Amino acid sequence: MDKISTSGVDIMSSMDEIALSCSAEPSNPMADYEKPGYKLCSYVDKFIKTHAGAIPIIKSKLGKDDLFSTFHVRCGIKRNKYKVAPGLYGIGKPDKNCEVLVTANFKLTFDHLRKELADINAWILVLDTKGINVWCAAGKGTFSTMELVNKIKDCTLEKIVDHKRIIVPQLGATGVSAGDVKKLSGFRVVYGPIRANDIPAFLKNKRKVDKNMRQVTFNLYERFILTPVEIQIVLKPALIAALVLFIVSGFGPGIFSFSGAWERGVISFFALIAGIVSGGFVTPVLLPFIPSRQFALKGIIAGSVLSIPLLALISTAIKGVSGFAALFLFSVTISSYLAMNFTGATPFTSPSGVEKEMKRYIPMQLASLVISSGLWIYSAF
Amino acid sequence: MKDLRYLDDVSTLVLDKEKCIGCSLCTEVCPQAVFEMRDNKAHIVDFNACMECGACVNNCPSKAISVSPGVG
Repeated sequence: MDKISTSGVDIMSSMDEIALSCSAEPSNPMADYEKPGYKLCSYVDKFIKTHAGAIPIIKSKLGKDDLFSTFHVRCGIKRNKYKVAPGLYGIGKPDKNCEVLVTANFKLTFDHLRKELADINAWILVLDTKGINVWCAAGKGTFSTMELVNKIKDCTLEKIVDHKRIIVPQLGATGVSAGDVKKLSGFRVVYGPIRANDIPAFLKNKRKVDKNMRQVTFNLYERFILTPVEIQIVLKPALIAALVLFIVSGFGPGIFSFSGAWERGVISFFALIAGIVSGGFVTPVLLPFIPSRQFALKGIIAGSVLSIPLLALISTAIKGVSGFAALFLFSVTISSYLAMNFTGATPFTSPSGVEKEMKRYIPMQLASLVISSGLWIYSAF
Repeated sequence: MKDLRYLDDVSTLVLDKEKCIGCSLCTEVCPQAVFEMRDNKAHIVDFNACMECGACVNNCPSKAISVSPGVG
């Protein structure tokens, strides 16, 4: 067993050594860490003993269940309950000279970090961000100076490492003040790269960050991967909207007709779907290729381009110009609203800009909805 | 961001050059490359890329930077 000075780390023997020392008895090195009512996380490989207690060493390789649940989370299923326990972890063979990487306790973030750390020995300090990613948590104040300082103290980090340095992801800077962390904990914050896959290069390069590592990107894949959640979020409101559509579609010459509600309801439902696909999928994915910088206007453009051929396709079922106009307006308005909503998921829109857009477009969208409902009822006569 | 730009002239970012002590931390934390160091002072080189995330404000040791977005 390696014995290191009291300020260092006392590392427990590896699994093999334990197996040898226990002679022929089949041994379970994890048995010491079994507790009634607890289940070991699949990403924990083993534990090491340190002066700050037993620390789990995590795997850098993602398992099948990790990938499966990543898929779930990307679709918006149980997204708010996808967390890891905050605290200190290790990866590889961490010792008292290893770097401490700070991250959030959203499991997707945690997985994203550890899969980039194959062949790297480091400590990982997971803050309690309530299962939210680093940047969003920093913006909302859970990835914060106080949380970082508290975790450094709770984990007695000064007993784990001999240096006074912690690597904080750059996007955490929105919630962290390097100066205050230094004052309150004695640890110096080094802002690491934005993306986890730049960490190996960053560590190899003596903690130097390239210019490219400092800037956010929003490429086609990064936009596409966000769209399932965008669609999932609107499912419930869309269902309510559909109900209202069927009711509105029932108004006609006989005051209210159920057959009208059904026939015309189905047609208007198509317009709703077109709006959702346009604002929640097409606009986000094709974002830089759609003219205008205003998201609401991007949504109007994409919505117009998409709904015209769709309405032409079902033209025989629509009565008159007013019916066309009603469905077109409705579809485009839904698209515009959802596109505007997507500003919240992008890494380049300013709150001041979004406010300006909302002030301009929400009244227009509301007016358009009212006009479209009026036209739709009128077209039934 | 070079390929994707949002609305111009909306950011509330303000840099007080008098107060800047030239630590360059703002150039490190800004995810949009809004700042550059020139003659040991921070300069705003891409004002319209600012998304008001507040990382620079949080980390400026001399309180030379401010942003004041509304609720957003």
